[in-house]
Amino acid sequence: MKHRGGKCFFIMALMLGAMVLEAATLSARQTTTSSPTILSSATPPYAGSPATSEKQENSRAVNEKLAQLDQRVTAAQSSADNAWMLVSAALVLMMTGPGLALFYGGLVRRKNTLAIMMQSFMLMAVITVMWALVGYSLCFGGNGPVIGSFEHAFLRGVGAEPNPDYAGTIPQMTFMVYQLMFAIITPALITGATAERMKFSGTVVFLTLWFLVVYAPLAHMVWGKGGFLNASLGGKFPTLDFAGGTVVHISSGVSALVCALYLGKRTGYPRQPMPPHSLVLSFIGACLLWVGWFGFNAGSALASSPLATSAFAATHFATAAAALSWSAAEWVKNGRPSALGAISGAVAGLVAITPAAGFVAPMPALAIGFIAGALCYWMVTKVKAIFGYDDALDAFGVHGAGGTIGALLTGVFAQQVINPIYGAGKPVGGLDGHWGQVGNQFAGVLTAWAIALVGTFVLLKIVDAITGLRVSEEQEIEGLDITQHGEEAYNLES
Amino acid sequence: MMKLEAIIQPSRFESVKDALREIGIEGMTVTEVRGHGRQKGHTEVYRGREYTVDLLPKIKLEMVLPDGVVNSVVETILKTAKTGKIGDGKIFLSRVEEAIRIRNEERGENAL
Repeated sequence: MKHRGGKCFFIMALMLGAMVLEAATLSARQTTTSSPTILSSATPPYAGSPATSEKQENSRAVNEKLAQLDQRVTAAQSSADNAWMLVSAALVLMMTGPGLALFYGGLVRRKNTLAIMMQSFMLMAVITVMWALVGYSLCFGGNGPVIGSFEHAFLRGVGAEPNPDYAGTIPQMTFMVYQLMFAIITPALITGATAERMKFSGTVVFLTLWFLVVYAPLAHMVWGKGGFLNASLGGKFPTLDFAGGTVVHISSGVSALVCALYLGKRTGYPRQPMPPHSLVLSFIGACLLWVGWFGFNAGSALASSPLATSAFAATHFATAAAALSWSAAEWVKNGRPSALGAISGAVAGLVAITPAAGFVAPMPALAIGFIAGALCYWMVTKVKAIFGYDDALDAFGVHGAGGTIGALLTGVFAQQVINPIYGAGKPVGGLDGHWGQVGNQFAGVLTAWAIALVGTFVLLKIVDAITGLRVSEEQEIEGLDITQHGEEAYNLES
Repeated sequence: MMKLEAIIQPSRFESVKDALREIGIEGMTVTEVRGHGRQKGHTEVYRGREYTVDLLPKIKLEMVLPDGVVNSVVETILKTAKTGKIGDGKIFLSRVEEAIRIRNEERGENAL
């Protein structure tokens, strides 16, 4: 989230510009014998002396030029960073719709396709509105240790001016809209666990409240100024979370588990076969997730900087490694590698590298990916069967487990040569010899688990009392598309 | 008049249809169906969950034939639909009392 290389570069450019200007002015004033410090404004004015007044004139002109140059350099950096951040914001939105909607849509049975896609889409609308009203402010307003303030409620004070606490080179409006896209996809991930049996009304109410009660505080603790887990803005337990391993994946994955346990199994599970109705849709969705994730992780550099490149590369390597390790595990176990396995592995890798993306080098990224692919395979094939919970589309197995292992491994593999977040030369993670960071990561992981477990359970109880959570058995058998939305995904004969 | 129902492997359908056309049989009704006899299904694995798919896709041909051609049609189907493996399907024959062409109300074999 810090970028020093970019700043250094511009300071050097500024100095170079000043030197060129100085040289040009000097050569134009050959009559001057000694050259005073041009930048110094302390030169006393000698009124009445034409030579001195000319000198002063020149000095002022140069200063003006320098100020202009400074402005232009700032503007140039700002527009470069802003371009990348706007593209990144769009990429992250693309991860929810169509990415996640297609990925999940293909995994459910045909009768529930539109319902699960609609849940993602509705969150794009609802969270956006909530974000403008209070969400952004609760996440990034004020400087409390646990939750933000109403400082930016109704987007007050959020405009073209940068907010130097978070991203000093882009308009705060860009930062705000970029962070919004994270707030959208996080609750959408939970719908993977509640799929095929949760009411639409209950889903919308629950996830809206979940965003306020679980997501907003956690985002503030980890990323907000003063948050007690914030690594760059004075947190007590500085947790490294580059792009949302704790905030996005642990929070949604653990909440998904609570939802799956609370709702109970789908009617007929696990006796009745419930194979994915279209792995083609899931395949396209997973590929869109992979591409969109570059906006998610590389965009989290909050600048078009070398750190963004580093995060981009780490993301890509981890994803590839995880796709391979899941496929390999499957190949050994079943004798055949499946398409669903390969894309699930890729998503597991993307999840696990999320907290680490801006802190680790490519080789550790490969390691994180390999570990995450195999671990998540084991979670969804073995652990789920042992405990018997019906995490329908494996939101916990992939996001909860992948997010947790990713967050912990970030503490192991983070290096100051990639991101000197604690100051130049100061060790960051275990590889630098700072093993205490793994402890900090534990603190972050435990906090995220605790908030997700408690918050989700309480909210489910409340929403269950208001709208109810689960559809009736008849409605479940008929399918959510017809019973919740009055339409069907496929009317191929019409 | 006889009604012939044949359940065959989808992969043999085009050959059977062509062979029937060669012996002059033009009309037929075809349905994609699922089912199984002695053939065992196959196993699919999705994220570690195994599903045995025992209802396999088949093609069902239905046609009502004048008595004179029944034998040659059965022979043609036997010849072209056979792969020699379990799952090749079956042919059922049954008597038909009456046939009526809706367009002009012709009856009996004339309606076929």
